[in-house]
Amino acid sequence: MTGQVTGQKLADQKAPPSTGGEEKTGKKIMTGASILWECLEREGVTDVFGYPGGAILPAYDALKHSKIHHILVRHEQGATHMADGYARATGNVGVAIATSGPGATNMVTGIATAMLDSSPIVCITGQVGSKLIGSDAFQETDITGVTLPITKHNYLVTHASDVARTVREAFYVARSGRPGPVLIDITKDAQQSTCEFDWEAARPQLPGYRPDLSPEPAEYAQAVELIHSSKRPVILAGHGIIVSGAMREVRDFAERAGIPVALTLLGIGALPASHPLNLGMMGMHGEAWVNHTIQEADLLLAFGMRFDDRVTGNLKNYAPNAKKIHIEIDPAEINKNVKVDVPLVGDLREVLLELMPKIESIDRSDWLDSIDKLKGDSAVRDIQNLPDSGHLYAAHVINDLWRQTGDGNTIVVTDVGQHQMWEAQYYKHERPRSLITSGGLGTMGFALPAAIGAKVACPEAEVWVIVGDGGFQMTMCELATIVQENLKINIAIINNGFLGMVRQWQEFFYDRNYAATPLLNPDFARLAEAYGILSMTISERSQVVPAVQAARQHDGPVLINFKVEQEDTVYPMVAAGAALNDMIRRPSSIVETAEDE
Amino acid sequence: MLNTFMVYVENKPGVLTRVASLFRRRAFNIDSLTVGRTEKPEVSRMTITVDADRDQARRIEANLYKLVNVLLVENITNQPAIVRDLAMIRVAATHDERSHVLELANVFRARVIDVAPESLTLEITGAEDKIDGLLEVLRPFGVLEMVRTGIVAMRRGSRSAEGATAENVAQHIANDAISYSV
Repeated sequence: MTGQVTGQKLADQKAPPSTGGEEKTGKKIMTGASILWECLEREGVTDVFGYPGGAILPAYDALKHSKIHHILVRHEQGATHMADGYARATGNVGVAIATSGPGATNMVTGIATAMLDSSPIVCITGQVGSKLIGSDAFQETDITGVTLPITKHNYLVTHASDVARTVREAFYVARSGRPGPVLIDITKDAQQSTCEFDWEAARPQLPGYRPDLSPEPAEYAQAVELIHSSKRPVILAGHGIIVSGAMREVRDFAERAGIPVALTLLGIGALPASHPLNLGMMGMHGEAWVNHTIQEADLLLAFGMRFDDRVTGNLKNYAPNAKKIHIEIDPAEINKNVKVDVPLVGDLREVLLELMPKIESIDRSDWLDSIDKLKGDSAVRDIQNLPDSGHLYAAHVINDLWRQTGDGNTIVVTDVGQHQMWEAQYYKHERPRSLITSGGLGTMGFALPAAIGAKVACPEAEVWVIVGDGGFQMTMCELATIVQENLKINIAIINNGFLGMVRQWQEFFYDRNYAATPLLNPDFARLAEAYGILSMTISERSQVVPAVQAARQHDGPVLINFKVEQEDTVYPMVAAGAALNDMIRRPSSIVETAEDE
Repeated sequence: MLNTFMVYVENKPGVLTRVASLFRRRAFNIDSLTVGRTEKPEVSRMTITVDADRDQARRIEANLYKLVNVLLVENITNQPAIVRDLAMIRVAATHDERSHVLELANVFRARVIDVAPESLTLEITGAEDKIDGLLEVLRPFGVLEMVRTGIVAMRRGSRSAEGATAENVAQHIANDAISYSV
């Protein structure tokens, strides 16, 4: 994405609404549809993901005059996930376009996904003519009503003269503060009618919108006191670090204060996996020692995370001896799930820059040593260290993929389920935005379209999709989009013939009653061939690395169908409602034998 | 406990839905909600009462602020405030009972706004407990129909709502910033 049109510094997403370019200040009469594309260009948009239809046709007709590249998707849900993947790969606003009615309602899942993961996307939908609104006209849906609780804000535009200001406001709202999805519903007549276009005059008018809070000095003082008096502190690193661009500040803070860092799923990449203070992922499928560390801590420093139930376990006995400092941009997150002692409401990076000079360097090697001891038998329970049974495990595939691609400019996009957790455990991410995954909503079918968005946003990056056989079939129609756009995307299907995570819950909590979880799958390799995509089917570990190498060398999209162990389980696991330190561990013959003796 | 919020919002279509939807989605139960114009055409004002503890009240305030069209929120639960509810009450009043009903209306400073052969309709304005009191004494006669507006509220004193205009809202927020310290 470049700012060639507006001259604004697009890398700086925190910037207030731009004043627009000098070269395009002249007023002229334009249709609402033309104004839409003009404003998108001025907001820095270079690519949009969409699907045409009756009520959005005027906008598509005007597309021919625009420099913007339109990517034709195969389902509007895909368009929203692509916009989302585009946004997560870069931090810039992703744009999806659809028609009214079914086009708009197909976007709902993608919008909700972006909402729960604070991803900045703008969705543009056509709407029936303004005089037909409320008449149940053909393909009429009240999409602003439908999306009201799953958007950061939304708009219904019925006049061409409102298009410019609405687009500017939508982009500003989507990317500022805690980012999120914004939907603009534009009636057909608003697209067709004409008005004078004046970018300068169409400044956002948002008197009630306050994305720029900052803490009080007294709150900083309280935080500093807690940090200095703490013996066993842990930083809980969330998605907010990446959104705020505070990776360096977090690393500096952790190093200066000598505090270890545990990551949420969406916080992965906020601190390099290889950093000595990086403990790994916390939560339901976090590393055992990370969860034990949190439970033994006397201070939690929550950085841009929201104490989701998947990271806390049972709140009643969550980190029982710890004070809590919560640095968070959204005031509504304070004291929502976990009562905190010191809230610092503001942009994480700015808060850390303010906090840093007040922090003394403290030697906490005793605490770090005791965390090392908590690792205990984890290594011998690790599937990478268990004797090779001749079976192909998903964790093997992902670990081998990481060894091949981990040091490059690689973006891994996962779906939701077992493979997602194994990815988080066994692919060691060194850079922010190198893992794109649906965390909050847990949307199956996210990976393939989101990877398309990431590849369009970052054409130089090596993009790998890691997806289960269930989720892949939810959005596999977008294979056609990959081929039509000639995108070099590598797809690794972790195929275990089950809806694996659901099967795992059935195994543990429903007496192995595998109701509706076994899958009858198509031959994925032949499916890929039908689209003209190179494909491979792998079922032995020795074939994994050669397959990955072949995929990387192939000049075009590749699909690898990894047929893995059918009934493997993600360990450790904190059962829903259990305390965070109450984990089901992977059985290990080495550990169990030692205990027997 | 019942919390009373004064909420200044942009006078735009759909804002009431956004506010109501927020309460539904976050599972806060609205006891009463009134909305109307203010002295400024671009600003509407809501008075919302909700059953919530202190932490919940703080979260309601923060969530209201997340709505882009919300200009200013004030929790006046523990502030000196003028609170008024309005009720119209149709009470059965036969020829014999009529003077007694009128006497009670007089005591409560309710006005008769409609008279029918077998009933009287009273209008009363006041704090909620005053209206509840009148209802209590009218009940033996037979309350045939009743409608209430829900409360509207203002702070006491000279302070006005000028902070809710687009220009002044930032300053107002700076003075009145919601605190999250525990």
